[in-house]
Amino acid sequence: MSDLSELYQETILDHNKKPRNFRPMPEADLHAEGFNPLCGDQIQIFVKAKGDMVEDVSFQGSGCAISKASGSLMTDSIKGKTRGEIEAIFGKFHEMVTGEPHAEPPEGLGKLAVFSGVCEFPSRVKCATLAWHTLKAALERKGEPVTTEKEDE
Amino acid sequence: MKPAVQKNREKSSAPFDVEKIREDFPILKQAVKNGKPLVYLDNAATSQKPEAVIEALERYYREDNANIHRGVHFLSERATDKYEAARVKIQKYLNARESREIIFTRGTTEAINLVAFSFGLKNVKAGDEIVISTLEHHSNIVPWQMLCERSQAKLKVIPINDRGEILFEEYEKLLNDRTKLVSVGHISNALGTINPVKAMIDTAHRRGIPVLLDGAQGLPHSRVDVQALDCDFYAFSGHKAFGPTGIGVLYGKAKILESLPPYQGGGDMISQVTFEKTLYNHIPHKFEAGTPDIAGVIGLGAAIDYLNALGIEGAAAYEQDLLEYATESLKQVPEIRIIGEAREKASVVSFLLGDIHPHDIGTVLDLEGIAIRTGHHCAMPLMRRLNVPATARASLAFYNTREEIDALVKGLHKVKKVFG
Repeated sequence: MSDLSELYQETILDHNKKPRNFRPMPEADLHAEGFNPLCGDQIQIFVKAKGDMVEDVSFQGSGCAISKASGSLMTDSIKGKTRGEIEAIFGKFHEMVTGEPHAEPPEGLGKLAVFSGVCEFPSRVKCATLAWHTLKAALERKGEPVTTEKEDE
Repeated sequence: MKPAVQKNREKSSAPFDVEKIREDFPILKQAVKNGKPLVYLDNAATSQKPEAVIEALERYYREDNANIHRGVHFLSERATDKYEAARVKIQKYLNARESREIIFTRGTTEAINLVAFSFGLKNVKAGDEIVISTLEHHSNIVPWQMLCERSQAKLKVIPINDRGEILFEEYEKLLNDRTKLVSVGHISNALGTINPVKAMIDTAHRRGIPVLLDGAQGLPHSRVDVQALDCDFYAFSGHKAFGPTGIGVLYGKAKILESLPPYQGGGDMISQVTFEKTLYNHIPHKFEAGTPDIAGVIGLGAAIDYLNALGIEGAAAYEQDLLEYATESLKQVPEIRIIGEAREKASVVSFLLGDIHPHDIGTVLDLEGIAIRTGHHCAMPLMRRLNVPATARASLAFYNTREEIDALVKGLHKVKKVFG
């Protein structure tokens, strides 16, 4: 039984309405753009790096509540983290949103665990992962925009 | 040759019995998510199939399956007869002069690609122009862009107004001696706009320019008479017209089809093959290389039988009434914005709800058992012109009801409650 409140948890609705770190960053060292061609979502990620660490991160764009909240909560959760740490978080996040319904979310995801309901809505996995794929492209300094169609979820 | 059932319906003023019609569509009887009854409002994406179509497919595989046009045995002859009988049904339904003007394809997309390739190869040279409109589906944009790239021709686009209607004067201005073909949608999938295709065809013909109509949405919602329209090509898909997926039709005037080179090579499209040279078969077979979707063709024939018995005029009138009810009901939802308000419109309502993303609208409605389409509707240039990233779209068929519209409106109030 899938329920509305499992997908659109309060935290997600709040971050959709008032996204954190939702601003351009002219002084960014790294930048990437991502598209979800199926629904027309687009996102830009800006990163200010200090060595291997993400000192500051912000995003802009348009999209559904899931993709916007994902960008907001992602940027909140990776500030001050190293690339290796971020990759590990994305790995767990990915496992959660593509996993079995009602499984315990992996440890260490913190607030990101509010996206656990996404796994019951396969068509919405791309919305939840767009920000992460775009961040990955920014950190890998890929020049080309990423699309959710090229990447595996 | 209209069957008696249809004549009766046209004459009688008896109300359209939607509950009886719904009985013909087994899929509509089910409950979906959370046990909610299915409210299927995504008919422009694909329509549901009546029992008669499902039975025809099953009967073909149970009783008639054999390859066509080649075997001398009993089953092959029977399969060939049924396949060719479907071609005649479609010819009559479209009021085409001859059955050889009906070519089976995989769908509208392949039909347009066929014309872009074969007509393009023969007639389109560097500097020539192809005219389409802002309303087009990607399938009536991309094949022409590919042709233009191959032959260094130019793609010209008819602008629209904010209601989603073609600007006819601008269209006339686009036509010139370099224009080799006009290819426009009969009815817009994204907005429901019914284009003034007869006037557009007449205008193009005065300059000797042939016209292709993308009838993917036209055929399921209106009477199509290719001789009255005088279009040179008409393309449609079986699955949007209550038939199976994977089958479609290209109607083309025999004289033009005969003059074009084949699209694909293979079996059935030849009359003689040597390693030095191949002689091509006559139309329509010249354009039907390989074993076709025989079951699909027979299933499409059954869908045409169904439409004949139903009476498309009565169905279209019912849909217009439902469209009016839907538009008025939806307008009562606070902060709703209807996208596309053409004066001539088929039963499609595209809309936005405040600043809630259409995707979120779609998911909340899905949990209520309501199926709508959200996104760009394979018309990204149109979305850009209207300055919206995406819309939510309810597209209605003759088996939809006012109760289902009420369920949609109730669902939208729920959407507002969640995101308000």
